[in-house]
Amino acid sequence: MDLDALTGCLASSACLVTQTTSGFIIGMLLFLVAVGLTLIFGVLKVVNFSHGAFYMFGAYFAMTAYQFTGSFALAMLSGAAGTALLGLIFERVFMSRVYGSDVLMQLLVCYAFVLIFDDVVRMIWGPEFKSMGMPAAFQVAPLFIAGGVVPPYYLLLIGVALVAAVVLGLGLGRTRIGKVIRAAAHNPGMVSALGINTGLIYGGVFALGGMLAGLAGALAAPVRSLTPGMGFSVLIESFIVTVIGGMGSILGALIGAILIGMIRSFGSLGFPLFTEGLMYLFMVIVLVSRPTGLFGKEVA
Amino acid sequence: MTRTRKPGVSRRATLAMMGAGAVTFATPWVARAQAKTIKIGMPTILSGRVAQLGTSSRNGVMLEIEKVNAAGGLAGRQIEMVIRDSKGQPQEAARVARELVNTDGCEILIDAEASSGAFAVHEVARDLGVLCLHTNSETSALTADPKQHIPNAFRTARQGVHDSIVGGSYAAAIAKAKGLKKWATCSPDYAYGRDTTGEYVTYLKRFAPDVEIISESWPKLFQPDYTEVVTKILQAKPQALYSCLWGGDLTSYIDQANIYALFSQMEVFAVNMADYTALTVVKNLPKGIHSGNRYIKTYPATAENAAWGDAYKAKYNEYPTNWSWENATAIMLLAEASKKANSADGKKIAEALRGLKIKSPFGADGTVTMRAEDQTLVGYAIGWGTTIPQEPYVPQVQAGDWKTIFELEAEWKKSKGYT
Repeated sequence: MDLDALTGCLASSACLVTQTTSGFIIGMLLFLVAVGLTLIFGVLKVVNFSHGAFYMFGAYFAMTAYQFTGSFALAMLSGAAGTALLGLIFERVFMSRVYGSDVLMQLLVCYAFVLIFDDVVRMIWGPEFKSMGMPAAFQVAPLFIAGGVVPPYYLLLIGVALVAAVVLGLGLGRTRIGKVIRAAAHNPGMVSALGINTGLIYGGVFALGGMLAGLAGALAAPVRSLTPGMGFSVLIESFIVTVIGGMGSILGALIGAILIGMIRSFGSLGFPLFTEGLMYLFMVIVLVSRPTGLFGKEVA
Repeated sequence: MTRTRKPGVSRRATLAMMGAGAVTFATPWVARAQAKTIKIGMPTILSGRVAQLGTSSRNGVMLEIEKVNAAGGLAGRQIEMVIRDSKGQPQEAARVARELVNTDGCEILIDAEASSGAFAVHEVARDLGVLCLHTNSETSALTADPKQHIPNAFRTARQGVHDSIVGGSYAAAIAKAKGLKKWATCSPDYAYGRDTTGEYVTYLKRFAPDVEIISESWPKLFQPDYTEVVTKILQAKPQALYSCLWGGDLTSYIDQANIYALFSQMEVFAVNMADYTALTVVKNLPKGIHSGNRYIKTYPATAENAAWGDAYKAKYNEYPTNWSWENATAIMLLAEASKKANSADGKKIAEALRGLKIKSPFGADGTVTMRAEDQTLVGYAIGWGTTIPQEPYVPQVQAGDWKTIFELEAEWKKSKGYT
């Protein structure tokens, strides 16, 4: 425990800026993965344990596109679009067959695909770790804001995630498609009776969830080592975020992700040997005081 | 008393015939037993972030085994490698090692595990009594601590304290010359990371007593995100940073630290940087990082080392890694010990290994020795230098002196209560 470092940081604007930005960076990547997870659970009532694989595929797709085209924008697009397509196929061919099944069955199917997807990546890209490298446009000196250090690439990352949060929030809350999706989540039978293709909605939501995780992977690719199995640790942290925020809640995923990011960022200063533990402790505290998570709805 | 000879075949003739029959029938079995391949089991990391190092361990072993088999194998027995993935998990490494011996019939183990798994495999070797050569774990305690010692386990890898003595004195000279008093450390949170960092700091402070460690970071092994660690180091504003992160962890850390321009704000000492694994994978390799040599074909600067590096590249289409030479050395030592013992028996090879000195492309003076007292490799080339972003990556290496290493290591062992 190093409370002096923590209090010293809280009293310094430079440190506050750096650590807060750091918290947002960690949190926003987690948000993109967690929001897909929570969306799929909210609408399809499936705990998609294979969700981390979409993050992994997003990173590999982006790296490959970047290697072939040298375009960062195309790399991001490939990561997002590729995983959206993969999510759609996965949902239509496999997941749609286990809707309504026991949760254990769903988890087993998803876990099987975690292993299968890891092996597929190993076969295509090899077992060794890869590095995409930072695009030249972002190989620039970091910005100094109030003495704090902020890399421009991370500002882009935070911005993309925040835009995704706003678009999702507005899309689901204000548009007709959003209303249909929410209706399908509450009463799929009624939606189906109205002549709306629920299979299309389910496939679409799964593809959207996969796309968000893939986008997170693509954004992470320039700064993280790419390796088969890289989605697993992200998945665990995303689950924590989802549980803290409340399963099915987009706002909950956003707030939960930012909180976890801040805990990791400031926790590394004050509790360097207990940063992981702090995250789990916080989850326990939230669940004990509010079992449905911060923004989760009571299940009747 | 006279003995009456009974008609028919005498007892002596019967015994002679039985003997002859036994020899006749047994000969093919004996011949087959002599020709029988000897299986060597090898748990290593073939998946996950350090799979490239596990693969390079396998390549290092296979390159040498081809030569040994072409020369007749171990005491006439061809070597067959049985290689399994431990996924870098200690419990899996131990399970695989046990299975290799008990189920697959392996008579020798090459433990190509990181320290996270090596201690687990060591316990399997202790339990089963099988000859085991640890090829990757550099945690000093594995062979330095007498409590760990078993007569059937050897190490053909570097040892953390050797690296730390050379690295610490190298860094101290720079610290004194440049006035680097405030240091930070950032190393993985497991046996190798903790031990090696502790030893490095000990020798850094011994040669530069003014040095103060103002910040320590211990990211977990295979952590995906180092942002919080990078910003913590930036907050501490050290003048120099030491790290023994390695493999994918090191490259991930460099990628993330690069965009904070961390490497331009302090002098960086990363012991595991000068290995082709990291040197060739990092896209924007910072200039001027201080590193110990891991495997580079230009150090030691001998024709033998360059030829070995080129032969590896010709076969596997990439340069070897630090784990490659450490595993190749295990096979070279096994072959020489088997010759000396004129046997492929694990116990006899173990006896022959103690104190064995062989010619080696990786030796500081062209040889390496399996030190008898603690059954660990000594005499390999150790040096430190600074990186440049293209080949030869570390153009000038300052060689470590083994006389000094031995003196300080003996002192260190005494201070630890190991002697």
